Amino acid sequence: MAEGMAAIVQFENVGLRYGTTAETLRDLSFTLARGGFYFLTGPSGAGKTSLLRLLYLDQRPSRGTVRLFDQDVAAIPRDRLPAMRRRIGVVFQDFRLVPHLSTYDNVALPLRVAGLDEAELARPVNEMLDWVGLSDRARARPATLSGGEQQRVAIARAVITRPELVIADEPTGNVDPEMAGRLLYLLEALNGLGTTVVVATHDLHLLGRVARARTLRLDRGRLSQPAGAGRHSAVPA
Amino acid sequence: MSRDPLSRLLPEGWLAGPMPWVIAAMAFLAGLSLASGFALNTAARGLGEDLARRATVQIVTADAPARDRQAAAALVRLKTMPSVAAARALGSDELDTLLAPWLGPGASRELPMPAMIDVTLRADAAADMDALARALAAVAPDARIDRHDAALAPLAGLVKALRLVAGVLAAIVVATMGGVIGLATRSALDSHRETVAILHLLGATDAQVARLFARRLAIDAAVGAAVGVVAAATVLLLLGRALAALDSGLAAMAAPGWPVRIALIMLAPAVALLAAAAARTTVVRALRRVP
Repeated sequence: MAEGMAAIVQFENVGLRYGTTAETLRDLSFTLARGGFYFLTGPSGAGKTSLLRLLYLDQRPSRGTVRLFDQDVAAIPRDRLPAMRRRIGVVFQDFRLVPHLSTYDNVALPLRVAGLDEAELARPVNEMLDWVGLSDRARARPATLSGGEQQRVAIARAVITRPELVIADEPTGNVDPEMAGRLLYLLEALNGLGTTVVVATHDLHLLGRVARARTLRLDRGRLSQPAGAGRHSAVPA
Repeated sequence: MSRDPLSRLLPEGWLAGPMPWVIAAMAFLAGLSLASGFALNTAARGLGEDLARRATVQIVTADAPARDRQAAAALVRLKTMPSVAAARALGSDELDTLLAPWLGPGASRELPMPAMIDVTLRADAAADMDALARALAAVAPDARIDRHDAALAPLAGLVKALRLVAGVLAAIVVATMGGVIGLATRSALDSHRETVAILHLLGATDAQVARLFARRLAIDAAVGAAVGVVAAATVLLLLGRALAALDSGLAAMAAPGWPVRIALIMLAPAVALLAAAAARTTVVRALRRVP
C-alpha cells in the first residue's frame, strides 16, 4: 500500500471459478490504497476482466476474502450491494451505453438511478458533458458517435456521481493514440480529485505516462511480478 | 405524482406486440364470464327465494260441494296464518287459461278439476311448508300442497351448475392472463437483458428495475383490458336488450345489473394491477439469480 493511505480494496487469497471449470483467478492477495492510480496489465486471458468484475461487484469470489470500502464483500447482504455499486464507476471495454438513450441520458443514468430528479441532474450532466467535450453531442444517440466519443460518454457516465473508485477496462483499446492520451488525462484529473482509479490495459506505453501510477500484472490468473520497476511497482498485501 | 426518473429507460412501445391483444381477448372472455356468473348468481338466488316461498294448494276430490267447501275453508285458514303473505283462489277462467294449451278452451267446465289456491309465504317462513300442511289438514282433508321449489328444483340445480362453470371459467381466464403476462415479462426481460445488466451495475435496486417493467406491462395490460371490456360491454348490452324483449321473469333476473357494470369497470384496473404484480414478481425472481 502507498505510504499513509488507507486501503480501499483488499484481496486475501482470492480465487474465482466459473461453474466447474478451473479457477480463473488464483491466490490473489493485494491492497489498493484510497486515492491511488493503478494499472492492471497482463496478456489476454490472464483474468484482468474477471478481476475487475470482482472489483465492481459483478461477481463474488469463490474463495478468499475481498474487502471493499472496509467491508467483506461476501458478508454484505444482497440488498445492500446496489448502494455499494453506486460508489464505483465503471468504464466497460465495450462501453455498454444504452443504445436508445441520448448522450445526455446515458450520462444522466447513474444520477437517475440514485433518485435525482430532472432539475437536480441537469447542471452536473451538462458540466460533465462539457468536461469530456461532448456538449454539442448531447442529443446524439450512441450509434451516431465515433468510438472516441462513445468512450468519453462511458467515462462521463462512470464519474458523474463522483465515485470513490473508478474502474476502466481497456479504455484506450478502441481509440487512436491521441484520444488515448486525452482519456488518460481525464482519468488522471479525476485521480487528482481523490478518486481511486484502476485501469486494465494491454497498452504498455500507457504505464509510463502516469507518474504516480502503480502496476499490477496478472498472468494466468495469478498476480506476478510488477510489470515495471520503481514507481510502477505492484502492491502486494 | 412525480414521474419515475428511470421511466424513459425502456423505449415506449417496446411491448407493442401481441400481448395487449391477447389481454384484450382474455379481458373480453373474463368480462363475459363475470357477467354470466353474476347473472346466474342473481337468477339462482332469485329463483331459489321465489320458489321456496311459493306453493299451490289443490283440493282434490270429485265431490264438487265438498271441494268448494274445503277450498273456502282452506282459503280462510290460510289468510289467517301469520306465515302466509298472500293466498288467492284461482277462478275457473284462470284454470281454463292454464289448461287451454293442452285440453282446449272450457276444459274446467267439462272435466272435474281440483280447486286451486296460489299461496305465497313470508320470506322468513319459507321453509315452514310442514306447518302449512298441518294447518290445512284440519279444515281441508283433501288438500294437497305442491311446492314450487320441488317442481323446479332441476332448473335451479342447472342454474347453480352454470354459475359454478362461469366462476371456474373466470378463474381460468384470470390465471391464463397471469401466465401470459409472466411470459411477456420474461420475453421483455430477455430483450432488454443488456439494459437491465447496465442498470444493475450502476447500482439500481431490484425494485427499481422491476418498477420499470411493472409500469410498462401495466400500461399495456390496461390498454388491452380496456379494449376487451368495451367489447364485452357491447355484447352484454345487446344481450340485455334481447333478454328484455323476452318479457320473462327469469330472463329479467339474468339481465346485466349494477354489480356486472361495476365489475366490468373494475376489470381493466384489476388487470393492470395483476400485470404489475406479475411483472414485478417475474423480474425480481430473475434478478435474484445475479449477484
